[in-house]
Amino acid sequence: MTALVIAEHDNAHVRGGTANAVTAALKMGGEVHILVAGQGARAAADAAAKLAGVAKVLHAEGAHLASGSPENLAALVVPLAATYSHIVASATAFGKNFMPRVAALLDVAQVSEIVGVDSPDTFVRPIYAGNAFATVQALDKVKVITVRATGFDAAPATGSAPVESLAPGADKAQSKLLSQELTKSARPELAGARRIVSGGRGLGSGENFKMLETLADKLGAAIGASRAAVDSGYCPNDYQVGQTGKIVAPELYVAIGISGAIQHLAGMKDSKVIVAINKDPEAPIFQVADYGLVGDLFQIVPELTAKI
Amino acid sequence: MKILVPVKRVVDFNVKVRVKADQTGVELANVKMSMNPFDEIAVEEALKLKEAGKATEVIAVSAGITACQETLRTALAMGADRAILVETDVELQPLAVAKLLKALVAKEGAGMVILGKQAIDDDANQTGQMLAALLDWPQGTFASKVEIDGSVARVTREIDGGLETVEIKLPAVVTTDLRLNTPRYATLPNIMKAKKKPLDVVKPDALGVDVAPRLKTLKVAEPGKRKAGVMVKDVDELVGKLKNEAKVL
Repeated sequence: MTALVIAEHDNAHVRGGTANAVTAALKMGGEVHILVAGQGARAAADAAAKLAGVAKVLHAEGAHLASGSPENLAALVVPLAATYSHIVASATAFGKNFMPRVAALLDVAQVSEIVGVDSPDTFVRPIYAGNAFATVQALDKVKVITVRATGFDAAPATGSAPVESLAPGADKAQSKLLSQELTKSARPELAGARRIVSGGRGLGSGENFKMLETLADKLGAAIGASRAAVDSGYCPNDYQVGQTGKIVAPELYVAIGISGAIQHLAGMKDSKVIVAINKDPEAPIFQVADYGLVGDLFQIVPELTAKI
Repeated sequence: MKILVPVKRVVDFNVKVRVKADQTGVELANVKMSMNPFDEIAVEEALKLKEAGKATEVIAVSAGITACQETLRTALAMGADRAILVETDVELQPLAVAKLLKALVAKEGAGMVILGKQAIDDDANQTGQMLAALLDWPQGTFASKVEIDGSVARVTREIDGGLETVEIKLPAVVTTDLRLNTPRYATLPNIMKAKKKPLDVVKPDALGVDVAPRLKTLKVAEPGKRKAGVMVKDVDELVGKLKNEAKVL
């Protein structure tokens, strides 16, 4: 029994919860291999080889694998499946995009966004935006699984596995990447951040939203937002924390001017310590907060920034 | 070009779901059901493409129990031309739905399928990608913008860290994200008209598809509760608690 984890990477590093997916794969009971597919991705393959518990890295190089094309990636993974019991990736925009293609081409079900491994074929996953948790048994021979990073610790970089080359397969030439507009930031990546400062509609404007930056910088935190703040145009949409945005579970989550809609809570309620600052004492965010402070955020945030 | 728009009947997004006492699932009796919100966005996008002259016909399809006809009538009231229900009492999982849709795409000669990126009940986020793979079509998932230009579609996708735009060859599958559009409301005259629009019913057998589930649900449980927090009176107390009690600063 061996699991194959498909790595998300930026050529230099493995990212996007891949190290957490390795931990989940190790719980499935057998050896764990990692596939790193890309163009100029040798450094990422070497980084994957350091993840504790990984027995082997498969490294495929090709221009047609550079942009994470789901058509090409699925075509590369499917022939490998004959020798694996589990195909695993993190449940990010990357993993969610190509993994169901792999499952369909293998004629097997996919188990999406697992947060627990009960046995090699039985997994726990949230449904209804995290308002219920289903325990499901996969009846197919090969299990195709995406992993919610917050459900598993990241595997530490203490290993050293061999890296083998893998033939890159053919270019299906069905799609091409035209452009990417990535939000530039010197702050930690939201999905894996240890601390997050998150703003909602209570901030009132994009100009006011910027006041979170000083606090975030002082805390070394990433900045997040509620859907209401994103929809109001206060910040880019990739800041969004919630069921349809990012699912986060930092050590400290500071919710500022966020009322706490169900879909926002679904994205952050597994955080270790939650602080809520809101002028409305009835806001639902206070029901999940460890520490609540009712008051005017325009006074509280500068004071908090000064005092920590 | 015909566009197929799969729509799913789900618990309304405003309903707070409750897990059944015997842990076999969530309570669906006497609960308001609606069209999956991401699928409403898909219907709207298909209608816009038709209005822009890029599509000739919008066909809404659903799969499931007889009551899914209501969801299809909603799509017809929004403006879809006709509807097809694949009727079955079997619990349908994404792979089975993708196979049913593949059969309908072939039967109808559709050139594009637009559907929600995920349903808000099982949160699987699989059906569109599975359908694309089974058809050997390219896909543009989590779309926030769709442009049709001759034989290609340019799809702007919401990804971790920002946006990307891909060009995919038609025929193709597109799955919708929240910011793609704002779905129109069905007006009363259109709801009346929708009752007269054609709605065909077929069975999975007639499409030659085995819909048997591949995942067995063993248990559905409530999420763990967070312990009650405390209210602090000012910033000094908050900073003190974070430093000395929670030890996160």
